[in-house]
Amino acid sequence: MTPEEILTGLYEQTLVGNGPEVLSLTNQALEMGMAPGTLLFDALIPSLEEVGARFERGDFFVPEMLIAGRAMAGAMERLRPLLADTGVETIGKFLMGTVQGDVHDIGKNLVNIMLEGAGFEVIDLGVQVKPEKFVAAIEEHQPDIVGFSAFLTTTMPMFKANLNALEKAGLRDQVIVLVGGAPVTQEYADAVGADGYAADASATVKKAKDLLAGKRALVGAAR
Amino acid sequence: MSAAAYALRETVIRSATKEVVIGHDRPFCIIGERINPTGRKVFQEALRAGDLSLVTKDVAAQVAGGADVLDVNMGVPLTDEAELLEKAIRLVQAHTDLPVCIDSSVVDALEAGLAAYQGRALVNSVTAEDERMEQILPLVKKYDAAVIALPNDADEIPMDWEKRIELVDKIVRVATQDYGIAIDDIVIDPLAMPIGADGSVGQSALTTIREIKARWGLNMTCGASNVSFGMPGRHAINAAWLPLAMGAGLTSAIMDARTPQVVESVRAADLLLGHDEWGGTWIRRYRAKQAAEQAAAAAGSGA
Repeated sequence: MTPEEILTGLYEQTLVGNGPEVLSLTNQALEMGMAPGTLLFDALIPSLEEVGARFERGDFFVPEMLIAGRAMAGAMERLRPLLADTGVETIGKFLMGTVQGDVHDIGKNLVNIMLEGAGFEVIDLGVQVKPEKFVAAIEEHQPDIVGFSAFLTTTMPMFKANLNALEKAGLRDQVIVLVGGAPVTQEYADAVGADGYAADASATVKKAKDLLAGKRALVGAAR
Repeated sequence: MSAAAYALRETVIRSATKEVVIGHDRPFCIIGERINPTGRKVFQEALRAGDLSLVTKDVAAQVAGGADVLDVNMGVPLTDEAELLEKAIRLVQAHTDLPVCIDSSVVDALEAGLAAYQGRALVNSVTAEDERMEQILPLVKKYDAAVIALPNDADEIPMDWEKRIELVDKIVRVATQDYGIAIDDIVIDPLAMPIGADGSVGQSALTTIREIKARWGLNMTCGASNVSFGMPGRHAINAAWLPLAMGAGLTSAIMDARTPQVVESVRAADLLLGHDEWGGTWIRRYRAKQAAEQAAAAAGSGA
């Protein structure tokens, strides 16, 4: 197989969620001496982007998104240490969690998959995440973006509580804060002072990239 | 599993003038899910502006579709949910004699809804979390209502049925012993999760349903549309799910009452399970549909 054929195969097999084939192609590529970054940026990420685009158009459905994400995750497990060795950086670090009082995680997990698919490093704190736990995790992991998920009108107020905790810890300006979940709206996100809201997984990826690019441009300009 | 050693439970709810009994030997109780602004932007904006006209439209469509009970949820962010829910309950009761399922996760809103409601309501919902039970079960008792209970606790929504059964046991124990609520007034939601996210959730929900029926004979309801989340052809999936769950012991669902395909599958399952004597309801619905089609055809060809 030529490197070109490998990349095409990786793209297509990830798109249909064929995990074993994606892993086997990844191993073949590495044996041939292809760069891990090439596999990631020229095949895996574009494939997951296509999954997101199809999902958004209504041409792809939740299970297809899940198996594509899983196929990519299998390859990433193999690639991650190599990427770190070769100094390839992820496009950003995303800290995610369902707020305190809330145990819903299906939506959050879908968002995680699409974020990883877009090249983010995702640290998932799970469900029932207390404000102080978010604060501690931000201090430990230094993420670019933090995501708060809530599924209930009664747990949405935790967004504000989390933001207050970040403020108090002096971390608010360090991170971009995104919020989401079934009852959440743009108006609510604005009202609590989040930096952004997204309605579904692929919208989150877009929003995260846009906000991150905006922030980096700002930081760059200030230098 | 040995035969049940107790009676199968019956849950009675009422409006001012109409009584609905949920039970294992009765026709399935269709709770219309539509009066709920979650994910409906236009509806949310109208409600925020104090315009409840869409509520009356949703009442009419669901009554026409064959709902037995109407769920009323006013969960709009950045509003006074208690005030909205109270208004909505009064409005719904002015437009239909169907009993109401008062749906909120905000305790004050539940209380406002219960205080405004004429009849015996179904409260949606409590969980197995201590704090939620302490807040909601006294209201259920005070207003003599029935209550939907979800077997999840503060840690998780358990995916295995054994853990769910443990939590049902806790809810039943606390509600009956600590709050004096009749066991017939507890309706369990066995938790039907989206099948698109995990292919095993259908089986685990069915097992949970069978176990709850065998152990306590409790009535059960579920958010039927939840199972098809993220999948194409949702009506067909919902229409297949409900008869499967009914066969296992589900006695009610919070569901789409406006889609004939789904409602028909429920009424057909009623007939097949022996809950529609001599097919009376099935035949009556058939004739009504036939008459409506003939009237539409006459209107189309006439004039």
